[in-house]
Amino acid sequence: MAEAQLEMLDLGDLEAVIGLEVHVELATQSKLFCGCATTFGAPPNTQVCPVCLGLPGTLPVLNARAVEYAVKAGLALGCQITERSLFARKNYFYPDLPKAYQISQHERPLCRNGAVTITTPEGLRRIGIVRVHLEEEAGKLVHSGDSIIGSEATHVDYNRAGIPLIEIVTAPDLRSPEEARLFLEELRTILRYIGVSDVRMEEGSLRCDANISLRPKGSTALGTKTEVKNMNSFRAVVRALTYEAQRQAEVIRSGEAVRPETRAWDEARQVTVAMRAKEEADDYRYFTEPDLVPLVLTQERIEGWRAELPELPAARRERFVASYGLPEYDASVLTSSRLVADFFEAVAQEVGDAKLASNWVMGEVLRWAKTEGGEVVELPVSVQGLAELLGLLRQGVINQAAAKSVLEEMVASGRGAREIVAERGLEQISDRSELEALVDRVIAENPKPVEDIRAGQTKAIGFLMGQVMRLSQGKANPQQVRELLHERLGVGG
Amino acid sequence: MSQELRLTREDVERVARLAHLGLTDEEKEHLQRDLSLILEAFDRLREVLTEGVEPTTHLVPQESVLRPDTVRPSLPQGQVLANAPETRDGFFRVPRILEES
Repeated sequence: MAEAQLEMLDLGDLEAVIGLEVHVELATQSKLFCGCATTFGAPPNTQVCPVCLGLPGTLPVLNARAVEYAVKAGLALGCQITERSLFARKNYFYPDLPKAYQISQHERPLCRNGAVTITTPEGLRRIGIVRVHLEEEAGKLVHSGDSIIGSEATHVDYNRAGIPLIEIVTAPDLRSPEEARLFLEELRTILRYIGVSDVRMEEGSLRCDANISLRPKGSTALGTKTEVKNMNSFRAVVRALTYEAQRQAEVIRSGEAVRPETRAWDEARQVTVAMRAKEEADDYRYFTEPDLVPLVLTQERIEGWRAELPELPAARRERFVASYGLPEYDASVLTSSRLVADFFEAVAQEVGDAKLASNWVMGEVLRWAKTEGGEVVELPVSVQGLAELLGLLRQGVINQAAAKSVLEEMVASGRGAREIVAERGLEQISDRSELEALVDRVIAENPKPVEDIRAGQTKAIGFLMGQVMRLSQGKANPQQVRELLHERLGVGG
Repeated sequence: MSQELRLTREDVERVARLAHLGLTDEEKEHLQRDLSLILEAFDRLREVLTEGVEPTTHLVPQESVLRPDTVRPSLPQGQVLANAPETRDGFFRVPRILEES
């Protein structure tokens, strides 16, 4: 079958129905049921103890911070919080699971019935959240050979085993691989805002499995679904789902039935591959975890955590549009990171010009910002630093071009705007007689363009403008130069 | 005899397979009878009216036992791997586990 055509998923009279199961590692210091550290990248099997190795005679004790983070995630995703929730054993045999069961939640998960709103080209879409529950992470399997398939042996590192996870299950509300990506991006932004996870897909702190089926457009019934696993980036999610939708469409069009099965995304070959038939593998024989007593949360506790939540991205986006008059797009870029949004608001307040602050933060500041895994982790200037620069720009002390080069130097040297402007003599020339001298000289030296302009070809004014700016070493006040040129050449406007 | 029993031999084999237990024919027969009797006992319990009663999940009158999020020392790697049949470079080594169907 052909490789997935990323840009042009056309299913004809069929539509895709997609639900996601997202696992997110919580940013606690210690594991969910023991005191082992959760640091990423430690040598294999150095952050394990009898509890997370599942040795006989050990007992799990629940991490209070993990509960707090899971509840906060649930609240941020609009969920109801279960006052008395239970842990359960999910039983299966796999080398990444030392106890041969995973402590998870089955009946009575911590959070239920939420929703996330995403902005698609077709407008706002509400994606239901069925549940968010707490569970423990499994160990990490390292396969020798190039891919999961065809490897000779498997190596197991249990450092990750027992790290707290939340599993977020969406309703089958997503209608395209692109919507799945938008949802994941929104989810990542929300979780980073509330600070419960680093949400780094490349470090495995966010993982996503998808259920996908096709049905005739307009139908409300659900077709037979497959589950797609092993997608390691947002891009892989889009590609894998696109491939899988096309594969199912071909199966259906050839008159055959889609088999309910679990399929793995093979990144190297850009295809999904059948792993196992679903029916038997899904019998996990859940039962209530006898080693953990029920988790009971008072309304007071839950509301206390709700009060600690920051303004969430969607609300902040709306507020930026409403109170600063920013376009939707600008608001969504600025709010995609809490750090950037906080920075923008502080600068806007300091400078007293939100539009100016927004342009500079979105353009110049983000260009120099330090990112890790697509997340802005450090801004190149301080709020006061940028505010000082924009102040000089607003007062007409420097022009736009000079401001950009000053910022570049501020980033490189860490020095202040005023200092750099003074040292490099970048103060804008706004003195009328000084500008008149420059303009007159340019007019005298360029008879041909001047003639064209007088003949009505006003485009050449741009050329003369450039000449004046060059002559002034970029320091002339461009607006005044334009006005003077118009005046001298008798051009309107 | 199996007509009166709640579980079939196939049920027993399936449960054994899920639990990775290898059973002899004799054991299967034995378990088919034992497990069926247990299920029958539960059938009797199901006759009790439990509407509006909270399910009893634990017999200890305790709830929400939590620990603070503090790191405690882990085991040394050598000790972690001490009982492993096979190791390599600090990892447990197991036979390949994924079959393409």
